Amino acid sequence: MMPDLGPYAGPVIWAYVASIGLILVLVLASWRRAVRIRRALQQAEGQNRG
Amino acid sequence: MKALILRDLRLAIRAGGGFGLGLAFFLIVIVLVPFGVGPEAAVLRRIAPGILWVAALLAALLSLDRIFALDHEDGSLPLLATAPLPLESVALAKAIAHWITTGLPLTLAAPGLGFLLNLSPAAYPWLFGGLALGTPALSLIGTFGAALTVGLRRGGLLLSLLVLPLYVPILIFGAEAARRGGDGLEATVPLVFLGGIALGTLALMPFAAALVLRINLR
Amino acid sequence: MSIWEYANPKKFVETTTPLLPWTFGLAGLCLVGGLIWGFFFTPDDYRQGATVKIIYLHVPSALMAINAWLMMLVASLIWLVRRHHVSALAARAAAPVGVTMTLVALVTGAIWGQPMWGTWWAWDPRLTSFLILFLFYLGYMALWEAIADPDTAADLTSVLCIVGSVFALLSRYAVNFWNQGLHQGASLSLDAEKNVADIFYYPLLACIAGFVLLFLALVLLRTRTEIRVRRIRALELRARRAEART
Repeated sequence: MMPDLGPYAGPVIWAYVASIGLILVLVLASWRRAVRIRRALQQAEGQNRG
Repeated sequence: MKALILRDLRLAIRAGGGFGLGLAFFLIVIVLVPFGVGPEAAVLRRIAPGILWVAALLAALLSLDRIFALDHEDGSLPLLATAPLPLESVALAKAIAHWITTGLPLTLAAPGLGFLLNLSPAAYPWLFGGLALGTPALSLIGTFGAALTVGLRRGGLLLSLLVLPLYVPILIFGAEAARRGGDGLEATVPLVFLGGIALGTLALMPFAAALVLRINLR
Repeated sequence: MSIWEYANPKKFVETTTPLLPWTFGLAGLCLVGGLIWGFFFTPDDYRQGATVKIIYLHVPSALMAINAWLMMLVASLIWLVRRHHVSALAARAAAPVGVTMTLVALVTGAIWGQPMWGTWWAWDPRLTSFLILFLFYLGYMALWEAIADPDTAADLTSVLCIVGSVFALLSRYAVNFWNQGLHQGASLSLDAEKNVADIFYYPLLACIAGFVLLFLALVLLRTRTEIRVRRIRALELRARRAEART
């Protein structure tokens, strides 16, 4: 399954791990903030009406 | 406008250290470098143009936040904004005053400090010319940066983060002119670029600074 | 119907709600597909060996790092001219995405450069311009954070973005003058002669599509978050005023 990367296996895998890690951190951070803010807004609007 | 420049100059002199502080900072940076890299004359000669330029950049940066901060604190900035003089001229006057208090002394002192770093003799006219052209641009860009951060309490640090990347082209061309001059090569090309940048900032930066000031005073 | 209707925050949120899962899904599909295709099913380059596989991350992220700044520039101009709040918020939302893309491009470039050029970092024009771009992003984001009033912040950062663009372009050509580079020329152009070989080209296109869609999805998500933050602020202000009155 794993392709033969030859002498450059280390750099190639590190590049993939690092980039995908950075992108995942960004996506998760954006997502969690979006969820938190959405809840906060729902709460705020609920208070306003009540 | 002349009155405004004179007023700023008088304030800088009375407050003490208007002229001296930036210059002393410049001297200290230049003196510290040989301690850091060792006293070998050949090494110092190689890095001298770059060190002189970076030190000039930092010395100019040091006094930027005072361009508008004092006027903002004592409330004379809104008065200046409503004065018959257009705000663009105010920004230009502030930049000129800043240049006279920091850029001009730096330009005059740099050749003298070049001896300390064993700058090669052929580089002196290019270093002097580059600083003479480059420091007005530094002051003009700095005025824009100071106008951006005028209302902020901790504007000083932010100001350096905003302004230093804008200084990159000036640093490149200025240091390149001095380096080429020192190597005995033709150095007019970077100097002409530097002059172009200086004229461009002179034409545009007062307008950008005035725009930003109006937003901040709203 | 004009495009400016979407400048209404409410309309914007309503329209993008159904679009968001689709963009995220498509982005994930293109990215995962392109990267698996590139990683497992393309041959090694005869000169670069397996390191050629890094291209599938490096080129799209570098592309998006520049395009994100361009998008911020356009959004800033729209805000300054037409005063649509969504535009300013979209510019703010794009900055962290752009900074991450710049970081990915720099990191993958460094990891690729180590075996190929024998050094992690060289003061090459392209690398240096990217580092400068990174600094511009940091300054832009710091200015947004520093100013409390949202409209003032939007105005000031827009002006900074425009001035910064001019100087970023200037730096780009200044560093060319300053040092000759190690970096190869464009790997993608419309002029097909100079392109990379087809076998690397198609998975690369898939990855670029994935990065573009991911950027779009993240900017939409983050813009919606910013709109909601603004709404919470408005509600709080109103509540405080009502309290003050009673």
